[in-house]
Amino acid sequence: MAGKVLEIRAMSASSTPAPGIRSAPVVAKLIDTSACIGCKACEVACQEWNDLPPETTVQIGTYQTMPDTTPSFWNLIKFNEHETDDGAFHWLLRKDQCMHCADPGCLKACPAPGAIVQYNNGIVDFQQDNCIGCGYCIAGCPFNVPKMSRQTKKVYKCTLCVDRVSVGLEPACIKACPTNCLTFGTKEVLLQKAKSRVAQLQTAGFLDAAVYDPPGVSGTGVVSILAFGKNPEAYGLPKDPSVSFAVEIWKGPLKWIGNIAIVGGIIGTFVHYLRFGPKHVPEDDKAKQADAGR
Amino acid sequence: MTTSRRDFLKVTTIGGVAVSILGFDLTSAYAEVREMKIARTTETRSTCPYCAVGCGIIIHTLGDKSANVKPAIVHIEGDADHPTNRGALCSKGITLKQDVVNDRRLTTVKYRAPGSSEWQEKSWDFAIDRIAHLLKQARDEKLVMADAQGHTVNALTSVGVIGGCTDTNEINYLLVKAFRAGLSIIPLEQQARI
Amino acid sequence: MTNGWTDIANADVVLAMGGNPAENHPVGFRFAMEAKRNRNAKLVVVDPRYQRTAAVSDKFVQIRAGSDVAFLGGLINYALTHNRIQEDYVKLYTNATFLVKEGYAFDETTGLFSGWDKDKKAYTDKSTWAYDIDPKTGFANVDETMQDPRCVFQLMKKFYARYTPAMVSSICGCSPQDLEKAAEIVTSTYLPNKVGTIMYALGWTHHSFSVQLIHAAAMLQLLLGNIGMPGGGLNALRGHSNIQGGTDCGMAYHNICGYIAIQKADQAKFEDYLNAVRPKPLRPGVMNFMANYDRFVVSQYKAYYGKNATQENDFGFNLHPKLPVGAAPGTYQNWSWAYMFDHMYEGQMDGLFSFGMNPVCNGPHSRKAIAALSKLKWLVVAENFETETAAFWSERVLWLNGGKPEDVKTEVFLLPAANFAEKDGSFTNSARWIAWKYKALDPPGDAKPDQEIIARIFLKVRELYQKEGGKYPDPVLALNWWYTSPNKPALEEVAKEINGWAITDVMDEKDPKVVAVKAGDQLGKFLDARADGSTLSGNWLYIGSYTQAGNLTQRRNGADPSGLGRYSEWAFNWPANRRVMYNRCSADATGQPWDPTRADIKWNGNKWIGDVPDYKPDSPPEAGMGAFIMNPEGVARLFVPGQFVEGPWTEHYEPMESPVQNPLHPDGQSSNPAAKPFKTQWDKLGKPDEYPIVATTYRLTEHFHYWTKNNPYNLQEQPEFFVEIPEELAAEKGIKSTQYVRVTSARGSIVGKAMVTRRIKPMTIAGKKVYQIGMPIHWGFFGAGDQEGSIANLVTHSVVDPNSFAPEYKGFLVKLEKA
Repeated sequence: MAGKVLEIRAMSASSTPAPGIRSAPVVAKLIDTSACIGCKACEVACQEWNDLPPETTVQIGTYQTMPDTTPSFWNLIKFNEHETDDGAFHWLLRKDQCMHCADPGCLKACPAPGAIVQYNNGIVDFQQDNCIGCGYCIAGCPFNVPKMSRQTKKVYKCTLCVDRVSVGLEPACIKACPTNCLTFGTKEVLLQKAKSRVAQLQTAGFLDAAVYDPPGVSGTGVVSILAFGKNPEAYGLPKDPSVSFAVEIWKGPLKWIGNIAIVGGIIGTFVHYLRFGPKHVPEDDKAKQADAGR
Repeated sequence: MTTSRRDFLKVTTIGGVAVSILGFDLTSAYAEVREMKIARTTETRSTCPYCAVGCGIIIHTLGDKSANVKPAIVHIEGDADHPTNRGALCSKGITLKQDVVNDRRLTTVKYRAPGSSEWQEKSWDFAIDRIAHLLKQARDEKLVMADAQGHTVNALTSVGVIGGCTDTNEINYLLVKAFRAGLSIIPLEQQARI
Repeated sequence: MTNGWTDIANADVVLAMGGNPAENHPVGFRFAMEAKRNRNAKLVVVDPRYQRTAAVSDKFVQIRAGSDVAFLGGLINYALTHNRIQEDYVKLYTNATFLVKEGYAFDETTGLFSGWDKDKKAYTDKSTWAYDIDPKTGFANVDETMQDPRCVFQLMKKFYARYTPAMVSSICGCSPQDLEKAAEIVTSTYLPNKVGTIMYALGWTHHSFSVQLIHAAAMLQLLLGNIGMPGGGLNALRGHSNIQGGTDCGMAYHNICGYIAIQKADQAKFEDYLNAVRPKPLRPGVMNFMANYDRFVVSQYKAYYGKNATQENDFGFNLHPKLPVGAAPGTYQNWSWAYMFDHMYEGQMDGLFSFGMNPVCNGPHSRKAIAALSKLKWLVVAENFETETAAFWSERVLWLNGGKPEDVKTEVFLLPAANFAEKDGSFTNSARWIAWKYKALDPPGDAKPDQEIIARIFLKVRELYQKEGGKYPDPVLALNWWYTSPNKPALEEVAKEINGWAITDVMDEKDPKVVAVKAGDQLGKFLDARADGSTLSGNWLYIGSYTQAGNLTQRRNGADPSGLGRYSEWAFNWPANRRVMYNRCSADATGQPWDPTRADIKWNGNKWIGDVPDYKPDSPPEAGMGAFIMNPEGVARLFVPGQFVEGPWTEHYEPMESPVQNPLHPDGQSSNPAAKPFKTQWDKLGKPDEYPIVATTYRLTEHFHYWTKNNPYNLQEQPEFFVEIPEELAAEKGIKSTQYVRVTSARGSIVGKAMVTRRIKPMTIAGKKVYQIGMPIHWGFFGAGDQEGSIANLVTHSVVDPNSFAPEYKGFLVKLEKA
């Protein structure tokens, strides 16, 4: 079971520095939401490649496959409806998935050494064998991405197909995408491409078209082009995401307090709650999800 | 008070942060990634059987086609060289593996006797013999050699053949050749009209 | 497709209408997106619903299902009245200049053409739907100035003048401004250096007037000068991997391989048949390629009957079955799908073979299909999965018709068949690319490839004839079953036969001393085929696919020196490896491209270069050979002289079930005058007072037809049948999303979850408020999930287009209630 070994840039609960002087190009995924046709090839390409079991779903009054991503369903096309002031109707289709933040809140929040790593190429990956199932990453993520499995009590999310990327292939979703809505490359090149596409959209009348690469998390490895760039909420994206204050604090000046606070009982309580406590989604949230993409 | 797990985590992160003991960490600055599952598979070029875009696909099977291997499909992916799809596939094409490897696939000949409410398993020889017998009987009874006006017809219309929209050209041709040119059947149709 | 998938990237305007390519051909649609990205092409989507193609459109127009002819009529009228036509092209390449026969007329009050018999309610005389022919030459008279009031162009202007934005709005339910905005974009391609394409699919072919719909689209593209151009054409997006190949290879009751008309019972001699099918030229100098019919028929007979097809027996003319004459004089029996099931229901059939077909789900009117299958003595189904058709007799399915399994006397065989990955052979895609695929693994268990199933059945019947004799055993015994493994013919051998070879040396037609094709060699081009029995070819259209150079369907050279996405050495493109059909039209009268950046072919002084010319390769432009070599006119038909049964022009007729009287002639003909409903107890049509809502059916991107209901991933993506309902209608009925609703037509009803949506808006049709709802197909009784019998065709009717015999799955009437 010899997988490939990759150099890392950062690792959860660890102060080990990067091993060498080599610099690797940072890879990224560009999502041009204006070219998404909602075909969902990416949704199942991901599951198929990663050998994830299908979820049992029901029709919820929308074309959207399910309300949210799950431990075995790592990317979801969100079908949002949007009407502009002139009465024109738009179906805003956006791929929801791990954003592979340059400054990942999940990794910062994770207390398990090596459970979350950021490779030299920028991919943020969960190493389930090191995961203790505490779920802090869930709180640390400004995009609500990581999902805990009820069976394994471990957390899962998009790996940006690091197994493929490490041997020079593109991620499975990127390859499957029929319309070139998804592209893969170095972040530098993709940002260039995004810029010219935004200009084209602006010429076509989408004056607010913009690139979504939020600075609050030092930019993301998954960059989106939004035709209605001033209104990321219309796509279900936070306007100014950032790593939560709590996570920043403990990783910053209060680092040592955090360490001192290792009291088994407390952790035990937390872990127990996380593993077995009620999974509870507020009613109005559920309704909102069911409403999405009608 | 209702507290969702997410809220709970947010408010408690600051206190509960640590399992790690910073400074004690000797973990390697390398990490292992998942094994490349198609690193050692046999690749067969094929065409997606669904719509008429005709995307090129690569079927990855276990083993190297040596005599003692019973190949199984590991993965199906788009053919990046194909000018039409250039590697892309839709949500149906990308899950083609389930069309091949599926518990619901038929693996035995099934027979339903007249009036019965269930299938019985039968052999191929039984099926071929019985079908040929029924077909010949229909042909012998119903083939029209000449119509009322005396035109030569030599046609059988009491047996129909439908099929072929996902069969290859060669199969379509064999259907036409065997059933129409050979067995004189006129009602030959496929999906095109419907 | 006249062009191909990769060619769509060359378009300036893409009209997606009568299809939902982003949803149903997502990967082919990539080229529309490429055109948008790289050329700033505009995408216009016209559909009953705002769907996934509309999500990326530049202009979306919602129209009522079944009103497409009127919308296209509006576009044609806009082009003609705004002088947005490519006039030089129209004069050169269409019959716009042709004079129409005296006596031809159209009555705007009744909505009927000349030749209508009021009492018989039928066109009994179509002789006036014809050109004005010079009796001396046999050629059609023309007026190059297009000013003669009886020329096609002037008649066309007059005919379509009624399709004003206001009238179109009243029929289609869109606003006049929407029509005009769409028309402005679509007709912007009338300039020689602008090109537009049309992508359509079953949304156009599933109507009782489908052929006229395609006719209207073809006229529009001809007026705009878009046929034959890279980035242009009229592109039918076919719905199954090899439905194109199936059609090419004769899987239809009315033609044999290569669209060669089937012999008819009243054609006593081979010569009679040839006289009926071989057209005579209608203009001087035209190629009239189909004068070569005899070569292709004889070569096909030779492929079937080998040495038993001789000059003496007219190459087996009587060995091959003939289409029997019909009950009415001058007609022939109709065995097309819906008719076949009607005849089956009437007890005229003993047995049916179904190779991968599921008529209970995919045919019109599921309950009629079940009733028809119950009348069979036997049914043979070769399949990958158990289907509703194979198990139509089970209680699970039969409750739809209220019967019991013991009352169904049909003997059923369900044969496990290999699937696509488990056998080799070639598929022909929508772009006419014939591409070989290879076998990856063996079929599971006892499953067998189809070639083995067909061969074993045929050879067993032949054995019975040899042993016991029987009725007219001649063709059974004469069939040329030459394959190395007779019980399991190698598809490579079959592919060789489809292309064909020389049986004896084939001599050059210009120099009879020179051998053109050596005995045993594969044929290389169409005219290598001979009518004297010296060649065999299973399908003339595929000549060139398997030559002495080998199996060209296996070619994988991805080079594209044209830069136009032609990929001339990838696989093989029928006809003759031509990538763009009618490409002579891409150049002007002097043979120079209308648009040098999009030159498909051009005349270099000696020959045509570029793509394989759809033209005689060395005929200079000044010789004036018509650009449409298959037509005896040499040009494309705007006015169709008699080939279609409901008229030479495309009049809007209402669907068979319509919420309104035809607004064009409210006191005249409402629906297609040539469409005739079947008469069984199942064939009921509803009236708008009882069934006021317009319904339509369609596919979803997450599923393929009725197969992927066996696949857990696809079911995860779209788990259940649903009904898309406009918000306003839902509010009226008190229906909320995810509540169960019942949709009922005069044929039956179906229950599913409501999807209340803003993506379908209410419409005003002929002054009346009309709602439409939509239902996806894809579910049934058997599959991985809980299927609950959600077959959309439980509510559709089986009235068919009178030319193509395709049923009207789109645009019928229902009522809606909470379940």
